[in-house]
Amino acid sequence: MSLRTPLGRARGLGSAKDGSSHWWAQRLTSLALVPLVLWFVFSVALMTGADHVQFLEWVQSPVVAGLLILLISVGLLHSQQGMQVVIEDYVHGEASKVLSLFLSLSVHVVLGLTGILSILMILFRG
Amino acid sequence: MSRGNRPLSPHLQVYRPQLTSVLSILFRIMGVATSVGSIVLIWWLAAAASGAEYFELVQSFLGSWFGRLLLFGWTFALVFHLCNGIRHLYWDAGKGLELETAYASGKAVIVFSVIITLGLWGLAYAVGGA
Repeated sequence: MSLRTPLGRARGLGSAKDGSSHWWAQRLTSLALVPLVLWFVFSVALMTGADHVQFLEWVQSPVVAGLLILLISVGLLHSQQGMQVVIEDYVHGEASKVLSLFLSLSVHVVLGLTGILSILMILFRG
Repeated sequence: MSRGNRPLSPHLQVYRPQLTSVLSILFRIMGVATSVGSIVLIWWLAAAASGAEYFELVQSFLGSWFGRLLLFGWTFALVFHLCNGIRHLYWDAGKGLELETAYASGKAVIVFSVIITLGLWGLAYAVGGA
């Protein structure tokens, strides 16, 4: 037995008006991060002791640069999605909640831009 | 208000911790820790982009005992969140939710997190020396 009205079921969105889209987007970033994180941690472990030149050479491979940009963008998106849920669960005042969400989003955007621009700088320094 | 003999819902402060509930809150804590640790990762990349001198400075900080402690903690948080995340994806598919299976997969998460973290650091020491 369903307790939802026929109209609610047809729209499929529930009270938050975006249905299960946030939950689903979180699962998609999780799935993508499984191979990306495994690749990254093993690559970095194998890079131990590398100097600046060796590190730049590693990043300058198009495959590595591409995977790093993917890891940073998907990883920080997943981090943002997770922090949003944590804040919504534990920060109760409306003003402090909105402020925390805004701060979290801002920090993630700045970190993402810094990381991706760093990789592009390394890639195109010639 | 008379509650009769109705069961009360579990209350955190008096409820005996179980493997399942402890792993559940650790999953969240390790996720937040991984997020905070990603600042170091971005700092490291920005240092590499800014030049050899600053990169060596950051490398020597990360190579100090304190830097290594931070990186070891970050590795464990990341690997634990990854392992338990796979467990959660399996649950999301509607599988493995029986009590016995949930406990078995929980124990597997602990074992794999420890083995993978130690394996990665063993590999790092084997490649880079002390």
